[in-house]
Amino acid sequence: MNRVPTELTKVQELIYELKIHDVMCRDVITVAPDLSMYELKDVLRVKRISGVPVVLDGALVGMISMENLILALERGELSATVGEKMTRNVRAVQAQESVVSAVNLFARLGYGRFPVVDEQGSLVGILTKGDIVRGLLRQLEGQWHDEEIKRYRASHIFEDIESDQTALLLRYRVDPKDFVRGGEASSKIKRALERLGAQPGLIRRVAVATYEAEINIMIHSVGGELIAELSPERMRISAVDNGPGIPDVEQALRPGFSTAPDWIRELGFGAGMGLVNIKRCADEMALTSEVGVGTRLVITFTLSDDESEGR
Amino acid sequence: MRLADVLDTVNGKAITTGVDPDMQVTAACGADLMSDVLAFTHSGTLLLTGLTNPQVVRTAEMAGIRAVLFVRGKVPPPETISLAQDMHIPLTATRLTMYEACGLLYGVGLESCGLSDLSGDAWRDAFGEERES
Repeated sequence: MNRVPTELTKVQELIYELKIHDVMCRDVITVAPDLSMYELKDVLRVKRISGVPVVLDGALVGMISMENLILALERGELSATVGEKMTRNVRAVQAQESVVSAVNLFARLGYGRFPVVDEQGSLVGILTKGDIVRGLLRQLEGQWHDEEIKRYRASHIFEDIESDQTALLLRYRVDPKDFVRGGEASSKIKRALERLGAQPGLIRRVAVATYEAEINIMIHSVGGELIAELSPERMRISAVDNGPGIPDVEQALRPGFSTAPDWIRELGFGAGMGLVNIKRCADEMALTSEVGVGTRLVITFTLSDDESEGR
Repeated sequence: MRLADVLDTVNGKAITTGVDPDMQVTAACGADLMSDVLAFTHSGTLLLTGLTNPQVVRTAEMAGIRAVLFVRGKVPPPETISLAQDMHIPLTATRLTMYEACGLLYGVGLESCGLSDLSGDAWRDAFGEERES
């Protein structure tokens, strides 16, 4: 919703910036003055146009439109030539002028199209209101696309700052048993990676591993923290909590082993596959724990060359 | 497969608003365990599930799931729906059982999203067969 005012201003700017030759149709269909109105009818029908410039020896001598044709039809004058029925003193627009001058002419004169001439007066194109709209849309689309790419390249944070090593540190508190807000930290980390332009495959691996780690803190601990350390070469997610600690780490790592109570299982958790999932997603995983003190799970993703490229 | 066609096949209804009927899902999986859902790694997937708590939406977001179809006539609580609206993940529902819904969709050609390799070890230990690749 917030974009609407900006887009309108952009359009206004574009109308001034764009030149008529940027938006005009260069494939001009023309007719000669000696063509009969009868034949013109077919030209208009087959080419699906409503008006045509009339050209003699390369020079623009008039315009003939649907209106002229209808009048001729009414009077039974289809055998007359285009030259006899056309509008002389055609108003043309200059290719190098900005689109705004054409917009004003359309508004003022109410014509459907204008022939476009160059500085020497030769016919170089034709311009309808539809052409203006299409041209604007094309430009806007191009600009939007560029902006989207720019927006995603927040990764220049790593390029613009000079250091031996630059890393981004993100910390999030994880509250115990909060099933409504659980997963928010992982979601934010995922979005941070998207902003930094990381590859989608990597983002998914990091997201899944981080989420499993966050849920573990939420289900099993008294509360803790997710720390994401992001640098161009590597991503490290640390899930640290303040207790109760894991008595047997080996056992905890076994697929299917879970100490989750029943009410947790009813929510779909507690299958005992969290740590296994994390190990599969990550390049390295280290779990340390001390009963009565807390647990630390460190998950590392080393970026390959392609993954670093996308940053 | 278009989401609209999915809903036709299972006689389903949209729960979140603004659901695009032309949204494409390329595969589907049925699961009631969060960890199983996370183990499937395909994006563009339709998730069939009976889990209605908000974490199912989080899971969908993390795993790249495109849309969720609740089975067995389950309808999610408001927290789940509002989270899904925020995340732009369409929620839909059908009265059919998981088995029926999966069967019908598989029957009209919606592909399975593929098994994770986590189950490989246990199967091999039990039956001596290596995982098919």
